[in-house]
Amino acid sequence: MLLSGAKIVLECLAREKVDCVFGYPGGVMLPLYDALYDCPIRHVLVRHEQNACFAAEGYARSTGKTGVCMATSGPGATNLVTGLVDAMMDSIPVVAITGQVTTKLIGSDAFQEADTFGITRSCTKHNFMVKTLGDLPQAIHEAFHIASSGRPGPVLVDIPKDVFQAQAHYTPVSHIHLPGYKVYTEGHAGQIRRAAQMIWDAKRPFVYSGGGIVAADASDELREFVELVDLPAVTTLMGLGSLSSEHPNFISMPGMHGSYAANMGMTETDLLIALGTRFDDRVTGRLSAFAPHAKIIHVDIDPAEIGKNRAADIPIVGDVKRVLARLSQALVETAPELKNKNATARAAWWMQIKEWQREHPLEPEISMDEIKPQHLVSEIDRLSGGEAIVASDVGQHQMWAAQFIRFHHPRLWLNSGGLGSMGFGLPSAIGAQFARPDKLVFALVGDGGFQMSIPELATIANHALPVKIIVMNNGYLGMVRQWQELFYNNRLCAVQLDTFPDPEKLAGAYGFKGRTVERPRELRSALETAVREPGPYLLNVRVSPFENVYPMVPAGAAINEMVLGERETVSS
Amino acid sequence: MLQLISLLMENKPGALMRVTGVLTARGYNIESLTVARTLDPELSRMSIVVDIEPNQRAQLIKQMNKLINVLQASDLTEAPAVRRELVLVRVRAGMKDRTAILKEAEIFGARAVDSSVEGFALEATGDPEKLNEFIDVMRAYGEIEVTRSGLVAVSLEQKKLKLAPPIQKEEGVLQNG
Repeated sequence: MLLSGAKIVLECLAREKVDCVFGYPGGVMLPLYDALYDCPIRHVLVRHEQNACFAAEGYARSTGKTGVCMATSGPGATNLVTGLVDAMMDSIPVVAITGQVTTKLIGSDAFQEADTFGITRSCTKHNFMVKTLGDLPQAIHEAFHIASSGRPGPVLVDIPKDVFQAQAHYTPVSHIHLPGYKVYTEGHAGQIRRAAQMIWDAKRPFVYSGGGIVAADASDELREFVELVDLPAVTTLMGLGSLSSEHPNFISMPGMHGSYAANMGMTETDLLIALGTRFDDRVTGRLSAFAPHAKIIHVDIDPAEIGKNRAADIPIVGDVKRVLARLSQALVETAPELKNKNATARAAWWMQIKEWQREHPLEPEISMDEIKPQHLVSEIDRLSGGEAIVASDVGQHQMWAAQFIRFHHPRLWLNSGGLGSMGFGLPSAIGAQFARPDKLVFALVGDGGFQMSIPELATIANHALPVKIIVMNNGYLGMVRQWQELFYNNRLCAVQLDTFPDPEKLAGAYGFKGRTVERPRELRSALETAVREPGPYLLNVRVSPFENVYPMVPAGAAINEMVLGERETVSS
Repeated sequence: MLQLISLLMENKPGALMRVTGVLTARGYNIESLTVARTLDPELSRMSIVVDIEPNQRAQLIKQMNKLINVLQASDLTEAPAVRRELVLVRVRAGMKDRTAILKEAEIFGARAVDSSVEGFALEATGDPEKLNEFIDVMRAYGEIEVTRSGLVAVSLEQKKLKLAPPIQKEEGVLQNG
C-alpha cells in the first residue's frame, strides 16, 4: 500500500490505539494536518503548544495511557520544552511529534527552524529525528514503547516536512529491537526474601511510597502489602490516591509540607520501605539527617534511583507491582514465630504514630470573617468525596490540596510534582476531561498559574468541557510571598498580583459562567452551583491573602524540624 | 579524580551528545574523549576520561547505562585494562639537533612519520605519563606542536554483554519480551 509519511504517522498512532491528540499546526505540519482531515483520531486544538504537552500529560496521568501532543517546527517545538521536562521529572508517558523543516534546509537557519533534536535531548527519555521515510514507522513505535515501558517518560519524534510528503509502501512494523534498552521488572528473588525477613525483624517499620505505585498500577498490591503487616504508610505528593486517603494505615504526605506524624514517623522508623520513589529533596529535607535510625529497602524500576540520594540496605530493581506481589507472598510464607517476634513493639509503634497524629493533626482552619484557603480545599474535598479528578497548579493551593483533599483511587490527583510548572493545572484538567468524560474534574489553580493558562479557556469553551475552574485567589504569588515573609524579612518583592480579571466577564467573554465568592458562608453554595452547572464554570474564590502553608520544613532543615504554625516550632 | 569510562554504543546520530550530556548536565569537564566504530559497523566504542568526585562514579555509570543508545557503560578506572594514548609531535629542528631528536624518540618508542628541513613529525604511543615525559623532552629542542588522541582503553576482563531482546509487535500492542 503506497502511503505518504503523514498517513504512515497516523496509521502508526492508530496501531498504538491513540484516540486523542493535543496539538497546534504550522507550516511544516501541513501535510500531517491534511492527513488528519480524514482520520478518526480526535485532534484537540489548544491555544499554546506548552498546553498541548500539559494536556497530553493530563490525559496520561488520569488514564495511564500514553498522551500524545503535536507541534510545528521552531517555536512550536521550543514551546513544548517545559511540558517535556515536566513529564520527564514526573515519569509520565508522552509522545511528542514535531515537524521539522525540509531535510535539505536543515542547518540553514530556514524559516521556523530550530535544533529540536538537540534542544529536547535532555528534556526527554529519548528522541528521534527521522530523516528518511523508511525509518518512520519504526521510530514511532519505538517512541511509544520507550515512553510507556520501564520508568515512563516523554519521547519526541522530529519529522521533516519532506518525510511527511514522501510516499512509500507501508508494511506494519512486526517487531522492534532496542538492544541497549534494558528493563528489569522481576526483582531479585533473594533480595525479596531478605526484605521480607527484614520487615518482620523491624520494630518500627514505615512505608514510604511514591509515584511509581501509580505508574506501575500497583495500588492493590500496595494495599495488600500494608495490610499484611499492618504497616503505617505515607504516600508522596506524586503517590496520593495510590493508597486511599481513608485507609486506616495511611498517614498523609511526608516532606516539606507533610504532616507532623508523617515526618516524625520517617525520622524515628528503624526500617523505611521505599516503593517507587526517589528520595526527593522535598521529601527528605536535609539528607544527612533523614531517617537516621533506619535501614532502607528500596524498590524501583530505575537502577539509577537506587543509591542516588540514600544508600539502600536492600536494593531491589524491578516493577514495584510484581515485586510487591512477591514480597507479600514471602511475608505470608514466613514462619509464625518470626512474624510474632516483634508484634508488641510494632503495636507500640502504632500507638506512638497515633499520638503524633493527635498531638498535631492536619486540620483545616476555618474563619467566619474570610475564606481561609484550607476552608476552600476542604469544601472541594467534601464535594469530591474522594472520587473527583483534581488537577492542581503549583504553589500554596497545591500543598493545601495535597494535605486536605482525599483521593480514594490513583490517577485522580494530577499535579506537577518534580518540575513545579506553574500553568500546569488548567491544561492538564483539559487533557483529563477528554480522557475521562464521565468524571468530575476540578482545575484548582492559584491566581498566578491561572493567568499563565487563560488562553485555554477558549479550548474549554470550544468543547464545552465541564471543567470546574476554581481559582484560589489570594492576590499574591502565595508560596513565594510565604518564603519572602519567613526567610527574607517580609520584604515582598514582585509577588503581588494586583490585577485580576472580573471572572464573570472573563468567563462570559468565552460564553460560560463565572463569579467571585468572598464570604465564607457563601462558599459552599457557590461551589455546589459550579458543580451543578452542566458546562464549564469559573469560580474565583477570594481567600485570606497572608495565610501560610504549615507544617513547613525550612530549606536545609531536617524533616522533624518543622515549623507547625506562626509561632510553633519543633526541633530535634 | 580522573575516571575512565568505556562505552559500547549504537553508532547513531546524537548518541555522542547523549553520553556527553550526562556529564555536561552535571557540570563535569571532559578531559579526553575518543570514539570510533567497532568491528560491527552499527556500534561504536567510546573512551572518556572525566574529572568527577569519586562518590558520583557509580551514579554516572548508571545514568549512561540508562541511555537507549548505550549497550554497556563500564568504569575502567580501577579495573584491569590496557590504557594507551597516541601523540603526534611536530618539532622544529635545526640540522645540529636532528640526530639527537631521533635518538630521544627511539628511547620513547616513537617514530618519525614526516621529515623536512624544518624538522620532524613524530608519533608516539604509551600511557599518558610516559607521553608527558616524551613531550617534555621534545620541548627542550625548541618550539613544538602537540596533538594527543586522548586515552583509549580495552578491558582485560571478560564481561558478559547483556542486551535487551527484540519485542514482537502484535495487533498494535507491543508486548514486552
